Amino acid sequence: MVAYLIRRLINAVLTLLVVTLVTFGIFFMVPKLTGSDPALLYIGKTADKVAVEGIREKMGLSDPILVQYGKFLKGIVAGRDYANGPDVQHCDAPCLGYSFKTEQEVTPLLMDDLPVTLSLALGAAILWLIGGVTAGVISALRKGSIPDRAVMFIALAGVSLPIYFTGLLSKQIFVNWLGWLPEGNYVPFLESPSEWFIQMLLPWITLAFLFAATYARLTRANMLETLGEDYIRTARAKGLTERIVIGKHALRSGLTPIVTIFGLDLGALLGGAVLTEAVFNLRGLGYQALQAIRGNDLPVILGVTMIAAFFIVIANLVVDLVYSAIDPRVRLG
Amino acid sequence: MSRPFLEVKDLNVRFETDDGIVQAVTDSSFSLEAGKTLGIVGESGSGKSVTSLALLGLHRTRSNAKVTGEIWLDEQELVSASDADVRGLRGGKMSMIFQDPLSAMHPYFTVGSQIVEAYRVHHPGVNKKVARERAIDMLARVGIPQPARRFNDYAHQFSGGMRQRAMIAMALVNDPKLLIADEPTTALDVTVQAQILDLIRDLQAEFGSAVIMITHDLGVVAELADEVLVMYGGKVIEKGPTIDLFQRPQHPYTWGLLGSMPRLDREVRDRLIPVKGSPPSLINLPSGCAFHPRCPYAGRNGDRSFTEVPVLTGGVHSVACHMPPEERNRLFQEDIAPNL
Amino acid sequence: MSENLLEVTGLQKHFPITKGLFKRQVGAVRAVDGIDLTVQAGETLGLVGESGCGKSTAGRLFTRILEPTGGKIVFEGQDISHRNMAQLRPLRRDVQMIFQDPYSSLNPRHTIGTIISAPLQIQNIPTPQGLKKAVQELLELVGLNPEHYNRYPHEFSGGQRQRIGIARALALRPKLIIADEPVSALDVSIQAQVVNLLEDLQSEFDLTYVFIAHDLSVVRHISDRVAVMYLGKVMEIANRDDLYKNPRHPYTVALMSAVPVPDPVRRDRAQRNRVLLTGDVPSPINPPSGCRFRTRCWKAQDICATEEPPLVTRLDDPASHLTACHFPVVDDEAVTGRTPAAAPA
Repeated sequence: MVAYLIRRLINAVLTLLVVTLVTFGIFFMVPKLTGSDPALLYIGKTADKVAVEGIREKMGLSDPILVQYGKFLKGIVAGRDYANGPDVQHCDAPCLGYSFKTEQEVTPLLMDDLPVTLSLALGAAILWLIGGVTAGVISALRKGSIPDRAVMFIALAGVSLPIYFTGLLSKQIFVNWLGWLPEGNYVPFLESPSEWFIQMLLPWITLAFLFAATYARLTRANMLETLGEDYIRTARAKGLTERIVIGKHALRSGLTPIVTIFGLDLGALLGGAVLTEAVFNLRGLGYQALQAIRGNDLPVILGVTMIAAFFIVIANLVVDLVYSAIDPRVRLG
Repeated sequence: MSRPFLEVKDLNVRFETDDGIVQAVTDSSFSLEAGKTLGIVGESGSGKSVTSLALLGLHRTRSNAKVTGEIWLDEQELVSASDADVRGLRGGKMSMIFQDPLSAMHPYFTVGSQIVEAYRVHHPGVNKKVARERAIDMLARVGIPQPARRFNDYAHQFSGGMRQRAMIAMALVNDPKLLIADEPTTALDVTVQAQILDLIRDLQAEFGSAVIMITHDLGVVAELADEVLVMYGGKVIEKGPTIDLFQRPQHPYTWGLLGSMPRLDREVRDRLIPVKGSPPSLINLPSGCAFHPRCPYAGRNGDRSFTEVPVLTGGVHSVACHMPPEERNRLFQEDIAPNL
Repeated sequence: MSENLLEVTGLQKHFPITKGLFKRQVGAVRAVDGIDLTVQAGETLGLVGESGCGKSTAGRLFTRILEPTGGKIVFEGQDISHRNMAQLRPLRRDVQMIFQDPYSSLNPRHTIGTIISAPLQIQNIPTPQGLKKAVQELLELVGLNPEHYNRYPHEFSGGQRQRIGIARALALRPKLIIADEPVSALDVSIQAQVVNLLEDLQSEFDLTYVFIAHDLSVVRHISDRVAVMYLGKVMEIANRDDLYKNPRHPYTVALMSAVPVPDPVRRDRAQRNRVLLTGDVPSPINPPSGCRFRTRCWKAQDICATEEPPLVTRLDDPASHLTACHFPVVDDEAVTGRTPAAAPA
């Protein structure tokens, strides 16, 4: 078990390393391919030669690629110093460099956006997990019934309707027509929990609807498969009530696969929900990424990518550990 | 007049599926006295397992299943009984062991906890500690070494034979009066099968339960059963006392089964004598006698085999076949018996 | 004595077990652990044993689906033990395999015409009257309707699927067919059909079979010689009648006595004469020292733990009857009752 744990950890670290390598590679390659000079991107095309050289010097852009990559890695792990003429500019770990546009450090920039994304992803996740799984279980238990068909129809709609459609539609209905919810902006939780909640409600529901649909279908399929298992028949043959047969024996194994995709979905969302954030005007990581892409702001794109990868790798790790806790066959071999 | 301990009358089980109605069991009737063993023999799709699940009321949770007829267990009718009443009997007065103990045990719960659960559902007042002792005691009774330690293991950590023993312990934990064993040794090796059959025999002697042994293996039936039921296409086509049935089998299908199996207790035959063709589809059963497309003698009885369903007739040893008894006896003595 | 088609000496297959951070090899499952046997042209050699005895692994080694860890496989005088895929290509024509599960061994997306003609196409076998005709002949040979050429496996019953598997194996007119539990997934009445078919094909095409099965009655019916395996080793090998009439190895005796006899009159006698082995088969990762069966054997003595009994002729058996036991069971020896509880390995 300990060896398994260590192996998974090493795996996670290696994956992150590969991600840095690839993203850094892209960071380096993109200006090459587009024929632009990173130094120029920092400072603007009109800058004079001296200023460009200064930037190049400061950012270490004239070093060999490997040295640059080494410095980049060191920045993430331990922080790094940029020589700015006579001054030394220190960038704390995890240092992801400076934005081309604002010349701010990327890490604090992204850290400012993280709470928005966290709020969105976690809230929606709770909603879709409860909603999707409940709907799926009911559907499976009443297979072929009207509730089953209704759930599956709604789920089909949920999977096929894009978020900018459901998002804009719900905004139109609840904010503009009914006026139940205020048009507005993100309010930090610590500032006013109730305002935060009201502001997040619509994004949560919209995002959760999309995922809940998938989860309902998946839960239904898993439950139907589990209900056909021999050990469910055994549980009934023992004289257990349906409540225990379903609630204890079937759910335990029927929901195990949900753990896997839940972990991965949540991990992916923590890296930013671009469309939802755009529709609801939430300034989270996804929004930031969008801005950075528009502005060709490579360090920010790189930063968002790193954070997204970090969450996915961590989610993967957690899923594996949870799985081995649930399933003794994984744990005991 | 009192009823036998178990009496099944005109049992019918059908399932509505997308492909049509599956007539899994048709008009089955049989009975079993306490302490005796009934063997039900048949191939896949013969209706033997569906019958056993019907006894336990396990088709009730399937919305597409329809069970009719009467099942009397110890003077109580089960087909018309409420779900709660039948559930109270399941695992208590009647219990079941299944073919593949690995898939029949929950992979996420320890073997011990599953036995404890079976005990406590029928003994609600009993605390965990007592139930645990009872479970360990049962594991010991079925011959599992170090039962207190194995109590905490999961099914996948047991060997095939030990798993089936644990399954038996779980089925017997509430002293059932009727034990249904559905192919309990099919997934096991022959030396393990011998152990398990021996165990079932011993436990039956000890507990005095009635046993229904469902199997495709005539050898297993010959070893254990007092009476045998042969099923084909969802119907009972022959039934009788074991010795009688093996010495004077009456139905051409039973002859076919006997002719198909090589036997260690006889000289090697040049050829096996198989039944031609394949088992019938239960959605679209052949008209008349369901066995007629595979029966070498079907033409002998005029058109009756093709149009008329034969009824089970005869005394203790009865058979559902249109052939006149004299002709059957003659055929068996002259053509069949010498080649077995 | 006819020539040896297949000769196997000291054959081993160990599957490594890895553990820990660096997947260090900490042991091996000794699935096949040193077997010697020969298969003569035209005969059927039965390979019996219980699950985990290595009989299926042995079959896969004979066809070189697996590569042996040790020992030698000689087919028609040529050492094929370590040939690579390309070098094995001609062998694939001569040695074919039939599998247990007729459901999973046929690709559900291919018609049976495609399935059966695949070996012909892979090996570039010329079919003078066309591929379709060749396949239809094969279908007819195994008792299937040649018109069903374009159907898919799910349209056939279990017995018919096994016939398709046999037709595929037969397509290249092989010399040796390894049949791994070919009838154990089938209903009794269908089993007999397939056994008869295999016998007919053998006499028609001079086939040699290695018939791997756990069912002692079926093996007895179809085999000329029978080898009994236990924990990766051959315990006893003999002509069919010698083995079944005078089993020498206590394991063979126990195995045979365990088979339920379909004769209720003899029920009591069968039970009286039954040797009930206690406990489970030991792990093939760490098999017992000396004789592997000794932990469950009622005749075991000290020497059985220290010295592995060679597979040789014992008592006054014919030269073809070999037994790996220090204390072979003599004729009419009383072997009743249960074996003692298993001693620690």
